[in-house]
Amino acid sequence: MAEQTPRPETLVQIDYRPPRKDWRDARVEFRKGVFCYSAAPKNLEYLGLPNPRKWQPYDQNWKLPPNWKEVILEGMRERLEKFRSFRLFMDICVRCGACADKCHFYIGSGDPKNMPVLRAELIRSVYRRYFTMAGRLFPTLAGARDLTEDVLKEWFYYFYQCTECRRCSVFCPYGIDTAEVTMIARELLNLVGCNINWVLEPVANCYRTGNHLGVQPHGFKDSIDFAVDELAEITGIRVEAPINKKGAEVLFVVPSADYFGTPHYFTLLGYLLLFHVVGLDYTFSAFASEGGNFGLFTSHEMIKRLNAKIYTEARRLGVKWIMGGECGHMWRVLHQYMDTMNGPADFLEVPVSPVTGTRFEHARSTRMIHICEFTADLIHHGKLALDPNRNAHWSVTFHDSCNPSRAMGLLEEPRFILRHVCPKFYEMPENTIREQTFCCGSGSGLGTDENLEMRLRGGFPRANAVRYVRDRFGVNLVACICAIDKATLPPLLEYWVPGVDVAGVHELLGNALIMKGERARSTDLRGQPFQSKEALAHA
Amino acid sequence: MDVVYALVTVSLLAALAFAGGEIAPLRPLFGVILPGVALVTFLLGLTYRVTLWARSPVPFRIPTTSGQQKSLPWIKAGWLESPSTTPGVLARMALEVCLFRSLFRNTKAELRDGPRLVFGESKFLWLAALAFHWSLLVIFLRHLRFFMEPVPAFVNLLAAADGFFQIGAPVLYVTDVIIVVALGYLLLRRLRDAQVRYISLFADYLALFLLLGLVVSGIFMRYFTRIDTAAVKQLAMGLVTFSPVIPQEVGPLLFVHLLLVSALATFFPFSKLMHMGGVFLSPTRNLANTNRMQRHVNPWDAPVKVHTYEEWEDEFRDKIGAAGLPLDKA
Repeated sequence: MAEQTPRPETLVQIDYRPPRKDWRDARVEFRKGVFCYSAAPKNLEYLGLPNPRKWQPYDQNWKLPPNWKEVILEGMRERLEKFRSFRLFMDICVRCGACADKCHFYIGSGDPKNMPVLRAELIRSVYRRYFTMAGRLFPTLAGARDLTEDVLKEWFYYFYQCTECRRCSVFCPYGIDTAEVTMIARELLNLVGCNINWVLEPVANCYRTGNHLGVQPHGFKDSIDFAVDELAEITGIRVEAPINKKGAEVLFVVPSADYFGTPHYFTLLGYLLLFHVVGLDYTFSAFASEGGNFGLFTSHEMIKRLNAKIYTEARRLGVKWIMGGECGHMWRVLHQYMDTMNGPADFLEVPVSPVTGTRFEHARSTRMIHICEFTADLIHHGKLALDPNRNAHWSVTFHDSCNPSRAMGLLEEPRFILRHVCPKFYEMPENTIREQTFCCGSGSGLGTDENLEMRLRGGFPRANAVRYVRDRFGVNLVACICAIDKATLPPLLEYWVPGVDVAGVHELLGNALIMKGERARSTDLRGQPFQSKEALAHA
Repeated sequence: MDVVYALVTVSLLAALAFAGGEIAPLRPLFGVILPGVALVTFLLGLTYRVTLWARSPVPFRIPTTSGQQKSLPWIKAGWLESPSTTPGVLARMALEVCLFRSLFRNTKAELRDGPRLVFGESKFLWLAALAFHWSLLVIFLRHLRFFMEPVPAFVNLLAAADGFFQIGAPVLYVTDVIIVVALGYLLLRRLRDAQVRYISLFADYLALFLLLGLVVSGIFMRYFTRIDTAAVKQLAMGLVTFSPVIPQEVGPLLFVHLLLVSALATFFPFSKLMHMGGVFLSPTRNLANTNRMQRHVNPWDAPVKVHTYEEWEDEFRDKIGAAGLPLDKA
């Protein structure tokens, strides 16, 4: 934990009283710990994005192009014409304030500009000034503002202080979706080169090597091979994990953190065991080695540029259908954007489980299913031998990740799996799960360490709900299906709720999975001993 | 300050109409011309704005899912909150438009010692909003009795139902009471809740004061000054039959009422009041969660620059080979 990060009891002293100054005053202070550093010029250059240069948000001079204002306004005009969502959301907000305390950043910071309504007003005020009659004629009365450098800096600060989690849009009587507003605002900021490295570096890496971490093909193979070796040690079974295998039935795409991060890695082990047990004919791809897509945090164009490789690779390898691993924003792209952007996937077949024969009708167009759908179907048909007691050392709760819940509706599948593989499963309070789930506070590319204080603030509502089930039920593990969660919940929970770990759903499945020919397992996939038979009997 | 400006604006408008209604040569202006201009502005503006929205493309299918997706047959899908059928979407929209379902979800987050974040019920905003909008609709429909001859049966029925309690003479309409209370709550909330006050603009107060002025002047005419409704009907019928007359019997309060409604109608298409039309068009609500079932087409889709497999293989050829992975071009 960085030295300057305040202690929890200090951080939680939140003043919700709005400041005296009018919100139309745009000046912001870039204080250490609450913003992300700028994108390195090399990343912008590699991607062909405008205005690569060395700068930082706390600099006085942001080295904007001389015509930056025209670029932004022209960009707004173009997007108002291209997106009904954007135009509508600029027009119809009644400022009822129902969204205010629904934002985790507002709850955690008390900064009124983190109320979704006001976050959107930051750009709405400029919209009114240049694109509406009332704003042109009576700027002050209409709540319109000139576009100034201070306003642009304010946009940067607050639109990189929104994780595009869509929680506010559940509560808005008009369904105004701040994620949509933030996405457009970030597109505009990108037009003049105001972007952050924690987004643009993964984007550049992903464009070049196929994955966010910049892992090259041989490194990818090493990681997978390492996992195979490790599984042989734990279970005595050597599984197959083919890469770039032509003619396989299924292409399996995961977020790259699964093969390079912890605790993600244990989830990868779970996948491998599962596929071995059911004898799935599948392949990884070293080219489509990333399901995640930080284009979602950059621009619609960038989503498409990065996403293209998935269908391309499915076609090249000649698979029948595609399956995706545990990742949140990846599934927003796969569910809501991929088919439109890079489809139709008419060269694939409608996914059919080779084990149960289930035809995944709900994916009949996109032809890609979530691994939780695949596994839930297997369990439902009794195709897996499971020993939940191997997870008896965990008291588990499930954290719904923003995108699978609010941009997909994948709520029951992971829970169904968890109930079958964990003897102790407890839900967090109703207002904090399913469609009302709270973000980890680090999504949409904000999970970088220089932004730690804001992450801890934004993650506070989630941590608070975890604390509730820890204190009440002794929960010691948060299960989730998102790579960003797995990376950022551990430090968050360590800060607010010490003693609670984080795991993927398929890690727990992997623990519980009984395999033919396995040696008697004494530890879970992390190498921690199972709870002994005696202790279980005692319990 | 915005609240003061808005109050002053509406008061000035009311005073203007009150005085102007007394000056004979100005009566046609307040009684006929301004309402006519306002009506035309309202209709043209509304049509223009809604057409503009409706013609804007919806490049991506982006419903906010608030329930279980339709996936495996044995998992109960949230047909309403994550609709995958047209009836589901229609039902979701109907609940949104008629009952403000999303607003019904509203909670209040409160940070207590511990620290403990608790979520309390918070239904008053929903209740006041619902009460206001439904009362406004009923009152609007009741007013049809001034504009139609014979008065349609449903209008009489509605008025009878509204006056069900038969208190006083003329009979007290329940909606008249409800709308004052609801508008009062919405105004007070805007002023008393620090967060909402912070975000409120002149236009937000203006809409509330115009509506309050409208309601109060109407109530005065009906219950206190006892306006000659036959004369009002004569004026209203004259307007809709394009043969305007301004009977002597109508007093200045009616001109206040007319000017405020004209102001509201003129203001409407330029303001947030357009949420009336917009609520139907919101892509996070009116689209089905059928994303993986049916392909959604983006009308302005264009090719983008991608990193092709061939380029990738060329760049990493040696490493792919050394790792023993297959190459397309050996």
